[in-house]
Amino acid sequence: MGGTAPALQVTDLTAGYGPVRALRKVSLTVPAGAVVTVLGGNGAGKSTLLRAVSRTLRFHGGAVVAGTVSRDGRPLDGLPPDRVVAAGVSQVPEGRQVFARMTVEDNLRAGALGRRGGRASKAAALRRVHELFPVLADRARQQAGLLSGGEQQMLAVGRALMAAPGLLLLDEPSLGLAPLMAARIADAIREINSQGTAVLLVEQNAALALRLASRAYVLEVGEVTLSGPADELAASDEVRRRYLGVVDEDAAADAARARATHPVLSRWEETR
Amino acid sequence: MSTFAEFLINGISLGSIYALIALGFVVIFRATEVVNFAHASLLLAGGYVTAVLHDEIGFWPALLAGIAGAAVVGAAVEFFVMRRHRGGDHSVLAIVTIGVDILLATELTRRIGTDILALGDPWGDAVVTVGPVTIAETRIAALLAAALLITAFLVAFRYTSWGVAMRAAAENQETAALMGIRLGRVSLGAWAVAGGLAAVAALFLTVFPTPGLERATSLAALKAFPAAILGGLDSTTGALVGGLLVGVTESLATGYQSDLAFLGRGIGDLAPYLVMVAVLLIRPAGLFGTKELARV
Repeated sequence: MGGTAPALQVTDLTAGYGPVRALRKVSLTVPAGAVVTVLGGNGAGKSTLLRAVSRTLRFHGGAVVAGTVSRDGRPLDGLPPDRVVAAGVSQVPEGRQVFARMTVEDNLRAGALGRRGGRASKAAALRRVHELFPVLADRARQQAGLLSGGEQQMLAVGRALMAAPGLLLLDEPSLGLAPLMAARIADAIREINSQGTAVLLVEQNAALALRLASRAYVLEVGEVTLSGPADELAASDEVRRRYLGVVDEDAAADAARARATHPVLSRWEETR
Repeated sequence: MSTFAEFLINGISLGSIYALIALGFVVIFRATEVVNFAHASLLLAGGYVTAVLHDEIGFWPALLAGIAGAAVVGAAVEFFVMRRHRGGDHSVLAIVTIGVDILLATELTRRIGTDILALGDPWGDAVVTVGPVTIAETRIAALLAAALLITAFLVAFRYTSWGVAMRAAAENQETAALMGIRLGRVSLGAWAVAGGLAAVAALFLTVFPTPGLERATSLAALKAFPAAILGGLDSTTGALVGGLLVGVTESLATGYQSDLAFLGRGIGDLAPYLVMVAVLLIRPAGLFGTKELARV
């Protein structure tokens, strides 16, 4: 893999919604075959970044103001979304967004509409998705809206894989999932990556994201404030305090004091 | 009893034509979320092309030309007008279609003038008699053609890639774009298909017992609006059921007009709208429509 152009190269990207700047001069690299994560709280610009790459900002009244995005050395700037998909970039949108009124089968077919290629390659993609998520084969004829949250996330990922992307963009795949289901999705991402697909993972669940990724960026109010190898970031105090929920001793003391002055209802405490 | 059967069959036949128009209406609405008020003009355009050409090139080629003509007009409206405003407010676009309708209708009525144009169909005023029931051949042809087209449409909608793309775009435009579906193509296709279906409907709205294509034909086409709306604007099933309901109601109301004399004359023309209002009072989203859910 050494020497190949990065799967995704974002340089000095500035984007916004009308007068609002959501991203300021963001630069980031996804090396070929790597998993890279972007961490950040609500409103940090994570989804804007993915929309800028997949060229769907206009659905939200936004636009890229400056900067470039390229894949395998070829620029994606100014392309319509279907050409981005054809260039091998598929996005799993935030909140899954499965086509709820269509069957699981048809959702997967929709995922394959953006790719050129014959029946055989589509059948191969479908087999791969079914191997990864056997439940999607079992529920092929069910309406997607009737699946559980975790199954819908599997469908959303499977649907994106139908386009056989070289780069998968994932927007908060663990959002709203039970921990066990989130772990299964994480396993699937690892598996997808091991088959050669580069992954750009946007997450609020930093612990999960840092375990998966080799490199991480921290985005705050539209700017990259930290970046580096994932294990280094996971070890840094800043990230631990802000994103990994490691409570320092002062905060623990504050919490204890707060509990003493405002007793928690006993029934509430039992369930915790 | 036999008159009732005649009214019923004529009503179903008429209803299937309304269903064709309503289907086009629903297809455009689902693909673009725009209510197309120019639909009656598309229909008139298709009928006009057939009427003008049938003398020279024969009926069947003229019909095909009419279908193609209306499809092209529909696609042109999408390409030159709607596309410029894509992503704009849907209600604004709906108003824009009213403007398009006025333009098309003005030009077509200027060309048609006070004439009543024949479309040169091969059925004429022939009738088929089965026992005591007498039905015009045109009504049977209408029913068969509509059934065939609607079936073909639904099969395509359900099984082809075109159908998958249409349904995906109808559910969520942004996600459909993320799948690499070209929304412009989907919407262009929807307008063209709707135009083509309307052209076929134009033929059967103007054959026997109707005298022919005239200015007022677009008024008859307007009855597909209540059909689409009472079925639920975004449902293909709704368009079919709505069309049949409106057709049968109109046929029965016109047929038994003398028994309904206390309501005054012309109740047949009014009936579709009465049914629509009654349905909407009970089910505001239409019979098969998706309820609008919004988070606040």
